[in-house]
Order: sequence, then C-alpha cells, then structure tokens
Amino acid sequence: MSIDQRRAPSPDLRTPDLAPVDHGRRLLRLETSRVAALIPVRAVVVSAVLVAVIIAAGLASMTIGAYEVDFPSVIRAIVDPASDPDIRQVVFEWRLPRVLFAVLCGAALALAGGIFQSLTRNPLGSPDIIGFGVGAQFGVTLMMVVLELNTYMFKAVGALVGGLITALLVYVLAHRNTLSSFRLIIVGIGVSAGLGSLTSWILISVSVEKAMMAATWGAGSLASLGFDQLVPAAIVFAVVALASLPLNRTLPVLEMGDDAATALGVSPGRTRLSAMVFGVALVALVTAAAGPISFIALAAPQISQRLTRSNTPMDTVPVMLTGAALVVVSDTLAQLVAVPVGVVTVSVGGIYLAWLLAAQYARRS
Amino acid sequence: MTTLLQARDITLSYSDTPIVSRLTLEVPDDSFTIIIGPNACGKSTLLRGFARLLRPSTGTVLLDGAELRSLKPKDAAKKLGLLPQSSIAPDGITVADLVGRGRFPHQSAMRTWSSTDERAVAEAMAATGVTDLSRRLVDELSGGQRQRVWVAMALAQQTRHLLLDEPTTFLDIAHQIDLMELFADLHRSGTTLVAVLHDLNHAARYATHLVAMRDGEIVAQGDPREIITAELVEAVYDLPCTVITDPVSGTPLVLPLGRRTR
Repeated sequence: MSIDQRRAPSPDLRTPDLAPVDHGRRLLRLETSRVAALIPVRAVVVSAVLVAVIIAAGLASMTIGAYEVDFPSVIRAIVDPASDPDIRQVVFEWRLPRVLFAVLCGAALALAGGIFQSLTRNPLGSPDIIGFGVGAQFGVTLMMVVLELNTYMFKAVGALVGGLITALLVYVLAHRNTLSSFRLIIVGIGVSAGLGSLTSWILISVSVEKAMMAATWGAGSLASLGFDQLVPAAIVFAVVALASLPLNRTLPVLEMGDDAATALGVSPGRTRLSAMVFGVALVALVTAAAGPISFIALAAPQISQRLTRSNTPMDTVPVMLTGAALVVVSDTLAQLVAVPVGVVTVSVGGIYLAWLLAAQYARRS
Repeated sequence: MTTLLQARDITLSYSDTPIVSRLTLEVPDDSFTIIIGPNACGKSTLLRGFARLLRPSTGTVLLDGAELRSLKPKDAAKKLGLLPQSSIAPDGITVADLVGRGRFPHQSAMRTWSSTDERAVAEAMAATGVTDLSRRLVDELSGGQRQRVWVAMALAQQTRHLLLDEPTTFLDIAHQIDLMELFADLHRSGTTLVAVLHDLNHAARYATHLVAMRDGEIVAQGDPREIITAELVEAVYDLPCTVITDPVSGTPLVLPLGRRTR
C-alpha cells in the first residue's frame, strides 16, 4: 500500500472551498509545470529601488575625481566605444572597475553577514564581530608583509586560510555540547581582539615601507583596483555565491533549531559546515581585494530585513543588493571627502552597532 | 505481518553510555502509540532514534521496509514528521510563514512554493484551528496557540507518521486536553502518531497502543485497558497506586496512594 493514498482527509478538511492561506502581504504567484514560487511584492519593489540607487550612486561616483567628467559624458563613455578616448580611459578603465568592485564587495559581505546572522540567529553574529574578518585580515597581512606575496590570489588564499582557521578556533572554543550563539559571539570578540593585536605587532616589527603598504590596504580602499583584480575576484565571487544558493532555503529552516530542521530533512551539521565555509570565503575574497570593509556584513542583512519585512536575514537577492548599495554609496561619499571607503563604513557602522547593542540590551532587560 | 515503522534491536547512546540497548518495537500501523515511563527511562531517547536525531549504534529503524538511515533526509521527511520538544520561532515570523516552512521536504530549488504547498498549509491550519491567526506573529501568541501552530507546521509536512516529543509539557490542563483531542482527531483521520508523554492518565485515555518503559527496556505494551494495572505502574514507576475505571472515558485511571493513605 502506498503511503500517500492512506492519508484520508479529516472530516473538517473535506470542505471543498477551503479558504486560501492569508499570508498577510501582497504576493506574486508564479506557477508553471517546472517552476513555482511565491514572491513578496515588497521584496521586488525594494530590490528594484536598490538597483536604481546602485546605478545612480555608481554613475555619480564616476563623475568625481581629479579629472572632472560630467554626467552625460560618463554615460557616453560607458556605452559608446567611439567617444572621447581620454574620458573613456578615465571612466571605463579607472573608475568603472572601482564601482563594480564596490558592488561586488557589498554583495559578498552582505551575503556573508546574512549567512552568519541566520546561522547564529543573532543580528550581532556577523563576521565583523565574531572575528572571521579579522582572521582574514591577519592572513593577508602575513602573506603581504612576512611572506611578501602581494598578488590577488595569494592574498585571497591568505584571507581564506586566516578566516577558516579563525572560524575553526572560535567554533572549537565556543563549542560545549551544543553551540550557543551568545558564546560564539563572545568568544569571537575575544579571538578578534587577540588577532588584531597580533596584526599590529607584525606591522610594528617590519620595515616602515612594508608597514605603510599593509596599513594602506588595512584601511579598506577600493581606490587602486582595476579590471585585472576585478576579474579573479568576480569569478571567485560568482562560484561561491552560486554554491551558497541552497543555503537560501536550508538556513531559514535551521533557524528553527536542529531537531525541527532534521525532521524537515535538513542535515544541521552539513548545512552549518557549508555555511561557515562559504561565509568565510565571501569575506576572504573581499578582504583580499579591498582590505577590511567593516560593518557591511553586520548592517546590510538587518537593513534589508526591515526594508522587505522578511522573517530571516538570509534572503539572498535583497540582502546582496542592500550591501552593494551601501558600499557604492559609502564609496561615493568616501571620494567626496577623500578617505578610504573602509573609514566611511566604520564611522556609519559604529553608530549602527551602538544602536543595535542598545536595542538588544533594552529587549533583554 | 510487519508494520511500517519499527525499531529492530537498536542501541542508542549518549557519549558511549547506552540509554536504550537492543530494543525492538513495532509501531502498529494507524495506531496512536504513546510511550510512558519514569524520567531517564529512555523514552525520549527512543523517540529521537525514530526521528533520525540519534543514530543507533546497533540495529536499525525501518520505515516502509527501508532502513531509515539509508533514506535521503528529504525523502524520510516526506514520510515521517516530528513535533520537537522545543523549537525556535524566528523573530518576526507570521503563523502562515511558520506553517509554510513545514513544506520544505516537498519543495525544490525550482519549485519553492506551488499550489500543492498552498493547499497543504491551508489544510493544516484549518485542522489545527489556527486559520484565523494566519497573519499574527508567532511571538505574540499564547503557549497553547503557539503549540497548535507548531503542530500545524508538522501537519503541513503531510507525513504518514508523526512523532510527538512531550507535546503537552508546558501547557495548562485545558490546553493539554485541547491538544490531546486534536491528536485524537489526527489519528482518526489517518496519521499514525507516536508520542512520549508524562501524564499516565492522558496516555491511558488517548493511546490505542501503550508502551511502558523502564531502564531502557520495554516492560509492557498493548491496549491500555488491558495492560494498565496497579502492579504495572508500581513496576514501572515504583509508585503504589490503585487503578479504577475512568467514569468519563471508560479507560483505566491511575490514582497514586501517597504516604498518608497507605
């Protein structure tokens, strides 16, 4: 006997006109024989607005610089290969990669933040706070300054290995029978403080030139990046982002606890492991290219969640767009006041973190 | 005749300490099986073994003729559901969204929400009486309502078997009965239920098949009307008692003697 046939509907379910589910929000229904989805209208609108913000801020940032280019010339330089070669070189070769890098870094960091916040069920559980960002930074510093390997791929490897070892360290130190997200965050703060001071110690014990190079990178800047760095970073990003797509469905299930997740066919151990690896990889690929850009991973998922009124920080498309918009806008501001983008995100993010801590504290007491 | 869900010769341990050793239990098809026993008798552990939360070190759990361990997690989740003892409702999730998460094993990357899912959720919410709460936030509900929502989530999974781990523990007596009646309805409509329960009299009233455990072993099992006696209760719980017939349901009613009346 087949299992499904044996399920007779209960008496009160036999009503032929069962009312449709009241989801409490406007939804787009998509259903064909192969594809079926339910998409909140709000998420679509928010995503569209974010794309518009990214494009507008991106174009605006390309007009800024020592060589002034007005808005129409920027657009002409991008779309028309036959436009003024000087302007085209400035816009297309120098400024466009910077904007694309901002989009990529923002999206990658935001996705990493969404992954870790969902995993820890805590808005503080972002790679900035739990030390993986500092771990990646330590790895790159070691690569650049001590081993003197300064290409993107070496830095990426350094960032990935540094991030993963830190993740493992935090995980092992915080694990006691079960993994509490609170303990993970506390241990992560401790480990990142330790690694931060190790990084500083390396910088003061090497030559001034090397320390300057590492410090410039360590402020988090998109200024000197071109297409030759963008291409490898974009490839790595595309691979990791695609590989982490299944997490968009499994992580929200895991948020309900290991038992509920197992009952629903999600394997908690495997999901956690892949989430950790992909999350660290996303942070590492940004850190290797641009240095530490703080607080995007922390803030973007929360901002996106409030904009879309989603019930999980793991909502890939709007979260990545929010991150991209934040970094593109921050980088435009950074150019206006001539500081590295990392300085802008740290300043804005610091205020956000203070507010978040205050809000969490208020809820607990 | 063998049953769809059974444990054969299983040993379940926590860090090398066996809690249940070499136990065999066939869950009768279409039954409302309730497992009772004192604290630490291994009843919850046994349920965790059935629920794929604990891997047996010996023996196997069979589901529909296949080894549960060899099934893909999602395939197992289409046949066997669980209402865990404690689950976490994500912040800001609505009732409809939480119940909808029960559809996970039936969905895929390309089909994240179909009309089948919609129907299953509507049915599960109607069956548990939470349809009117649909838009409410789970955090805002009372304990009894919240537990009904979790049951609805497990029902939306549309499994033939549903495991219940102490489902009434944190509820007051009215909500306990309310929920037990709901389970009895589910049982009548064709779901095989396996529950771990603390309340002996609720077990006696609602179970069609009662399993009494002590020290990781099954002491007795069968129709509660046939197996519940003062001797059995004393053997399982070390509790002197007398057993009368429940004037309401006609099932056995266990009355502990206590020190004063002895």
